[in-house]
Amino acid sequence: MDYFLTEDQNMIKELARQIADEKIMPVRAELDEKEEFPWEIIKVLASSDLMGLCYPEEYGGLGGGTFENCIAVEEISRACIGVSVCFAGTGLGAYPILLFGSEDQKKRYLPDIASGRKLAAFGLTEANAGSDASGIQTSAVLDGDEYVINGTKQWITGGGEAEIYTVIVMTDKSRGSRGASALIVEKGTPGFTFGTKEKKMGIRASATTELVFSNCRVPRDNLIGRAGIGFIVSMRVLDRTRPGIGAQAIGLSQGALDTAVSYARERKQFGKPIISFQAVQHMLADMAIQTEAARALVYSACRFIDSGAKNISKVSAMSKVFSSDVAMKVTVDAVQVLGGYGYMRDYPVEKMMRDAKILQIYEGTNQIQRNVIGQELIKEYAGKKDNR
Amino acid sequence: MNVIVCVKQVPETTGVKINKDTNTLIREGTKGIINPFDMYAVEEGLRIKEKLGGEVIAISMGPPQADEALREVISYGVDDAVLLSDLAFAGADTLATSRTLAKGVKKVGGFGLIICGKQAIDGDTAQVGPAIAEKLDIPYVAFVRKIRDISNHTLVVERMMDDGYDVLEVTLPALITVVKEINEPRMPSLRGKMKAKSVDIPVWGISELGISEEEVGLKGSATQVIKIFTPQRHGNREMLEGSVEKQVDQLVSRLDDMKMI
Amino acid sequence: MSVRIDIELCTGCGVCIDSCLFGAITVEDGVAHVDETCNLCGACLDVCDFYAISMPDIKKTEFKGDGFKGVWVYAEQRNGKIANVVLELLGEGRILADKLGVDLSAVLLGDSIEREANELIPYGADKIYLVDDPLLKDFNDEIYSNILTDLIKKYKPEIVISGATAVGRSFIPKVSARLETGLTADCTGLDIDSEKRLLLQTRPAFGGNIMATIICPDMRPQMATVRHKVMKKASYDPKRKGEVITKGFDGHGKNLRTNVLDAVEEIGDLVSIAEADVIISGGRGLQEAKNFKLIEELARTLGGAVGASRAAVDAGWIPYSHQVGQTGKTVCPKLYIACGMSGAVQHLVGMQSSDVIVAINIDKDAPIFEVASFGIVGDLFEVIPVMVERLNKRKG
Repeated sequence: MDYFLTEDQNMIKELARQIADEKIMPVRAELDEKEEFPWEIIKVLASSDLMGLCYPEEYGGLGGGTFENCIAVEEISRACIGVSVCFAGTGLGAYPILLFGSEDQKKRYLPDIASGRKLAAFGLTEANAGSDASGIQTSAVLDGDEYVINGTKQWITGGGEAEIYTVIVMTDKSRGSRGASALIVEKGTPGFTFGTKEKKMGIRASATTELVFSNCRVPRDNLIGRAGIGFIVSMRVLDRTRPGIGAQAIGLSQGALDTAVSYARERKQFGKPIISFQAVQHMLADMAIQTEAARALVYSACRFIDSGAKNISKVSAMSKVFSSDVAMKVTVDAVQVLGGYGYMRDYPVEKMMRDAKILQIYEGTNQIQRNVIGQELIKEYAGKKDNR
Repeated sequence: MNVIVCVKQVPETTGVKINKDTNTLIREGTKGIINPFDMYAVEEGLRIKEKLGGEVIAISMGPPQADEALREVISYGVDDAVLLSDLAFAGADTLATSRTLAKGVKKVGGFGLIICGKQAIDGDTAQVGPAIAEKLDIPYVAFVRKIRDISNHTLVVERMMDDGYDVLEVTLPALITVVKEINEPRMPSLRGKMKAKSVDIPVWGISELGISEEEVGLKGSATQVIKIFTPQRHGNREMLEGSVEKQVDQLVSRLDDMKMI
Repeated sequence: MSVRIDIELCTGCGVCIDSCLFGAITVEDGVAHVDETCNLCGACLDVCDFYAISMPDIKKTEFKGDGFKGVWVYAEQRNGKIANVVLELLGEGRILADKLGVDLSAVLLGDSIEREANELIPYGADKIYLVDDPLLKDFNDEIYSNILTDLIKKYKPEIVISGATAVGRSFIPKVSARLETGLTADCTGLDIDSEKRLLLQTRPAFGGNIMATIICPDMRPQMATVRHKVMKKASYDPKRKGEVITKGFDGHGKNLRTNVLDAVEEIGDLVSIAEADVIISGGRGLQEAKNFKLIEELARTLGGAVGASRAAVDAGWIPYSHQVGQTGKTVCPKLYIACGMSGAVQHLVGMQSSDVIVAINIDKDAPIFEVASFGIVGDLFEVIPVMVERLNKRKG
């Protein structure tokens, strides 16, 4: 369907697609098998300027918004979401600085991130704080001009590979979620180490590790915004980045649909290509309907966010929930269309199905997203006089 | 050092198929692509620029739509481009083409090295590169698979031979034609694509080049195509049948009969 | 400029539209029109059943070939050994020279190669122009082209042919450009138009999808490079008489801009694909690098070379020097056995002129079978071992 992209947006799509086809497709199975971080591809994305899509030009970016970034994420995800999470994850790490950082912090960090010279990562989750962010135990105590950080962050995307980390820490436990703050920690800072790389079901090209802080001292200047806004930073950042998960989902769904349709056209049973059987056609039709619907929602959400709208939580959550549920279903069906071959690692849909599951889990599970949407509904309707 | 890269727009060969009934060509779409070997030339030019500084300038001779090919190489990082296009250029053989390109290169001027792909996949002649060098009276090396060393004055390269490779040193300015083995071309960049969209590509014809109609195109060509035909296909396809052993036995005996083994 | 359509003869049938590689022809109001994208390739001329298409009139250039006579073969040598293609050139050159009623001469440049020069006589050369000098030991485009150009200028042959080898395709274009004459690359067929004393040069174009016959009407010499393994080798007649003319070399002390530092041979224990009479090629169907052993084993059994598809090379299973196809080498062995390759157009153009093609593929619809002389539908991992076994048994 034609979404009337601008000329620049079409260019981004074309370029990301070319990289996905030529550089990612041929190696995705190997990256998955070896659980290898795709540095070669990151370098290509960097030299192609795609790492800088959503940063202002003054910081070396291309001045695009959420939509531009999501277009690239979608195309890369068509080939492999293990790679696209490495690409999108650095944006997640950079957004706290972009949205809440001081001019000095932006100048110091964004150009390296926008050029792809350095990757960023976002550290929120802990063993006892996932969906419930108020359970954060990692602490940062001000000692003179430095924060002293102690604690462990868990399942951090890009851990060990990224250079710049934005980490949510408790600076004042007594204030609960209002005592959280966001700090920038650079790789190599004494007292900052990484746990072992996690063994995952899918997105195995990406690195997921613990961030371990043991009396790690960072300058007070590394505080993003002011103390106590860490929770707000997280929520605002995630509101902006959730459509990126949606973009991963629609790219993945499209990739699975593409594989399923071309397989169904070639595979012959009873003397006919299986696509001529209505049972298969209907499955493919449902996959296509859902993928397109998800795309329409993600694109609309992106455009809504880029319009400068204030209340984006609900739409952002919807775009993530719907499209990730679609991706799960479409990839399961793609395996079904390919039958026994689909279950084998020789075909890409087995990996796609394993990969899809994370989309319903990370950046807030789909259950939490529904909570968010539900609460927004309560707020909205409470404000209306006539509740019909 | 400035590098000039010669680029040709060619019909995509995969799109050319033979209609088995009429024995004529069927074209699938009219997509013009950049001659694949020229992409290695572009990449090598960009690498030299990254090493020694200067600019990479692309030049092409072709119909007005060859402008697209030049814009495309700009998206990969080429700085500037010139299109040599004139109705009078049509039907040029390699001699007339190299004359025209040599004129264009001279007009661009100020280069240390010219890089061409080893051949264009439509003509497959591999003649234009060496002939340009001759017309410019500069040294050249064809079929370069590796640049070992380059300075502003000399170039040391490996030339692919049928039985191995030669190592040659030439003084600059010079021309090389490159083979696929030399590098892996990069991807375009977004800034490059944006520049490609808006850049002004001059078009030079016979008057801009100061060349006469008699020297270019069909008139300036020494050779003429007098006949085009479709090659004989292997019409005797025989699918062997039976068990693997049986098929192999049939094959071996047939090859034996034909004195192939 | 574009081809001409005779609107009286044109029926507007549109057959020519498909023949145009450049999309230059349209049919409007029942008549074909050609736009400026016409490249004057002439592909449309033959398809027109009504002879309505013709090439534009070009002002006839003056014939500049007076006094040119004889057929020359460039006798390429590498490390003092005459290249195999030279014997084929002498065989073909002899036929051309006899049709024209002229001498066949060979030009040999090298170092300490007088014995080799004499060896060319029994293969049909009437004269051998020999330049023997230590400076000619390695192939240097600059020196070689200077000498060949001077010899041509002095002795004025009407035809000069060379092998379409790395050497021939490297320096012959420089010679022809300096002589301002035509050169046809990589010919697969040569003949003489006896009436006009013209060399008819036939070569594949557009990746082998079409063949073109090319002439060089007004300039001399008529020059062509010829594909290896297409022409018949000259027969050996020890009684043949001929003359070796040794020419001096005055290139010493001249300021050379090209310097050959080293010449390295790189052929492994298997034959190079360019020279091989038998090629066994492997593609994606081999699944991984180590399985090329199967192909190598079959190649050894048949005394052939190992080829590969681009997919296999790109996967890093085998070096690029083995790649057959558009971006690799064009080969035409007597026997080509394609194992586990689908037959992408880009591959087919590199091997479809082989005499006999055997295709082994598990997918009976693979395009490779379209060009095959014999097709075996089966798993190469089953078929090849049986072939090796049968062939070994046959050898005893």
